[in-house]
Amino acid sequence: MTMESAKIAFVQEARELLGEMENALLRMESDGLDDESIHAVFRAAHTIKGSSGLFGQDEIVSFTHVLETILDEIRSGKFVPDSSTISLFLECGDHLGSLVGNFEQNLSLSAEQAQDGSSLVQKLQGARRNAERSLVVPTPPESPVEEITRPVDGVANDAWHISLRLATDVLKSGMDPLSFFRYMATLGRIVQIDVIDDLLPPPAKMDPENLYLGFEIQFISEATRKDIEGVFEFVAEGSTIRILPPHSKIETYLDLIRSLPESPNRLGEILLSCGALTDSELALVLRMQENTATGKPPLGEMLVKEHFVPPVVVAAALQKQKVSREKTIQESRSVKVDVAKLDHLIDLVGELVIAAAGAKIAADREKSAPVEEAVGMVSKLVEEIRDAALGVRMVPIGEVFQRFPRLVRDLSMELGKRVELDIQGAETELDKSMVERLAEPLTHMVRNSLDHGMELESTRLAAGKPAQGTIRFNAYHDTGSIVIEVADDGAGIHRQRVLERAIERGIVPHNHNLSDREILNLIFEPGFSTSQTVTNLSGRGVGMDVVKRSIESLRGEIEIESEEGVGTEIRLRMPLTLAIIDGFMVAVEDRSFVVPLDLVIECADLPREVAIREQGRGIANLRGEPLPLVRLRELFHIPGQAPARENIVVVEYGGKRLGLVVEGLLGEFQAVIKPLSRLFSKVPGVGGSTILGTGEIALILDVPALVQRIERVETTRWAPTSASLPGASETKALSHAT
Amino acid sequence: MTMSTKSNSRSMMNSARRERTPEAEAKQYLTFMLGGDTYAIAIGKIREIVEFHTLTLIPLMPSFLRGVTNLRGAVIPVVDLQSRFGNGMTEIGRRTCIVIVEVGTGEETFPLGVIVNAVNEVVPVDPSKIETRPAFGTKIRADFVESLLNLGDRFVIALDVQQSLSITEMSELASRWVDRESST
Repeated sequence: MTMESAKIAFVQEARELLGEMENALLRMESDGLDDESIHAVFRAAHTIKGSSGLFGQDEIVSFTHVLETILDEIRSGKFVPDSSTISLFLECGDHLGSLVGNFEQNLSLSAEQAQDGSSLVQKLQGARRNAERSLVVPTPPESPVEEITRPVDGVANDAWHISLRLATDVLKSGMDPLSFFRYMATLGRIVQIDVIDDLLPPPAKMDPENLYLGFEIQFISEATRKDIEGVFEFVAEGSTIRILPPHSKIETYLDLIRSLPESPNRLGEILLSCGALTDSELALVLRMQENTATGKPPLGEMLVKEHFVPPVVVAAALQKQKVSREKTIQESRSVKVDVAKLDHLIDLVGELVIAAAGAKIAADREKSAPVEEAVGMVSKLVEEIRDAALGVRMVPIGEVFQRFPRLVRDLSMELGKRVELDIQGAETELDKSMVERLAEPLTHMVRNSLDHGMELESTRLAAGKPAQGTIRFNAYHDTGSIVIEVADDGAGIHRQRVLERAIERGIVPHNHNLSDREILNLIFEPGFSTSQTVTNLSGRGVGMDVVKRSIESLRGEIEIESEEGVGTEIRLRMPLTLAIIDGFMVAVEDRSFVVPLDLVIECADLPREVAIREQGRGIANLRGEPLPLVRLRELFHIPGQAPARENIVVVEYGGKRLGLVVEGLLGEFQAVIKPLSRLFSKVPGVGGSTILGTGEIALILDVPALVQRIERVETTRWAPTSASLPGASETKALSHAT
Repeated sequence: MTMSTKSNSRSMMNSARRERTPEAEAKQYLTFMLGGDTYAIAIGKIREIVEFHTLTLIPLMPSFLRGVTNLRGAVIPVVDLQSRFGNGMTEIGRRTCIVIVEVGTGEETFPLGVIVNAVNEVVPVDPSKIETRPAFGTKIRADFVESLLNLGDRFVIALDVQQSLSITEMSELASRWVDRESST
């Protein structure tokens, strides 16, 4: 792996981790603290710190270090973050994101970022100071008082370390732990007592006569081990008491480390809390670690090198870290693959399909049953391979959805509205390229919903609605498409206001009768905005028309439903992939064309009495309705005479119908879309191409463009002044590549 | 770079490689026939040579944009250079080939097919035999000429691929053609 690709991998990983961190924080904010979320946040900070150190990103390392320290305290239950602290963490995540961005683009720290960073660090430290309490190391019960011999090659610590987990019923037996400590003080000097309250139950469940606390004591004394054990003689039964003499043997500490609870404590913290190292020793090591920019040895190695900790102790602690890391790796068993590689694979599979079709034709000619059978088997497998290869590109739509919790949170705060986000169907899969291109229109829809749809809390209460509004996302598969719903329980769309605005903007003429649906669809018209005030969220007049255009450019449909006072629902129906369309193949002369099947309404014979005028245009009578016709032969300047029998393929787009006059109907066909060169971008009515089983190329017709083109010609010819209603847009159904 | 399909062209390429002259700086050119004249293209720009097979026509395109071909699953535009030079459409014969060249700059290169009457050979040309293009006097537009190759018995025009197959210029021509065709 080169430095550059390692960097890309790091940036990508960091972005993902920051995303997870954000999700976890939002979860903590809405559902309260749970271990899993806290761990996720910690893990993200910890991993980013580790890998950015490898790249010598000192700013990221030092910033995450502060973050990590405070997160670890949360993790060990030392302090409980309130919502302001969680907001602070969200800001920290943003700051980290911008630092990662710096690294990605090889920028150096801007003055603004430096200021952001230091103010965040100050705030973090402030929050931490407020919550300052004693250090906590919960130790689960193990064997009672154990035998420990006088150390030979012990650690630097010259205090006794006593770990006490007294039986819960000691108070009931009339024993007060405090009296033991007082007695201990007569034998020597108690340096520190850390109280562990992990086992403290909620107040309702607490029995005031039980002892829930544990104690970790640093004790300097000349007393013998026997004397110290004697202190606890009366409570030894049912208790866990571990006494580690000064300069204890390494193995003793090893045991203690191993007995620490499941949660992956940072190595430094472990060593610190079990008394193997002092605060200043640890701080010194961390400083040195940060100064050694690139290729720094791991913390463990460092500790050993500096003779602070014997190697065996470090090994045990590292082993523990490794176990916890392996656990995280198992959680997501997936491989990252460059999209270009995937596309190449899919191209190759496409060729394989064509080659297999060629083999089948050859085999049919052979008229040999075994050969035909074998080739048939190969063809079937090849098709399965193609489906599977295309399936690899499918990703859950949750990839887009995951940006919305933060967006909704921030926007609703800004607007002073209370809004809850409900996401369903995040696991529904669709093509990767689709997911990427859906992000923007969906974001726009959410902004719109929050800004225009959602009412203020007071308005909602007055209307008898719950104070908190809900925006609901839902996604599901439906007959080869994916349906995405974005719904809110806001004010709904005010028809009268929409109509007034549309008239005011000259989108519809006065006293024009519009159906309810047509009125709703007005919000998709360019230059339409109903918001009374222009906010910085939406309402700049570039709203739903842009959404509609981008949805249609992805060959999707958009539909809106709204009830005043109840809410609005926008429904998107998208193809699962941009790589394949179901096509209907037609022929003119010896050339094949593919019409997207979902736009085909019906096929019919061209009645003999229909006159095709100049440029291949005409009007047919389709069950009493006039149907504009266009003959592909003339449209595409294909030389030669049309045969006596022709067919009409009726297509519909944007509520407008058009009859394509062709000379042969070849049937349905699943087409892998191949973009055409930029050289052909101006060809009217051609949107792309596809390769047929024979290896020949067929052109895919751009029906929206054709409909629009014919409509434009007809309008200018017959009714130059009439305004066009919601309908055909300038969308190209299929994109042109280079 | 892969040289494939037409077997005689592949063997020509291979033999040219084997015979690489001691003076390493010699530049390799592919010479080919176009409307009775010999032209050359530096082989660095050439991806492969394929046999001519029926092209799919793109409607309403000027005659120098002959259509598209399927190159192992990719749809590639094919240009009629002779027509682009203003000398009429290339006639398709037994030895007609499509030379696939890489056009574009930097990372944005893509393959483009060029119809030629026949491919001749790959020749190494010593830098001293490569002469700068004359300001006038060539049969084709001066900016299409990269240099003149002195092959001993004759001079051959080495084409400037970027200029003679400029996507920008050809797109511009194509779109003007579409406008004219569809307005009539």
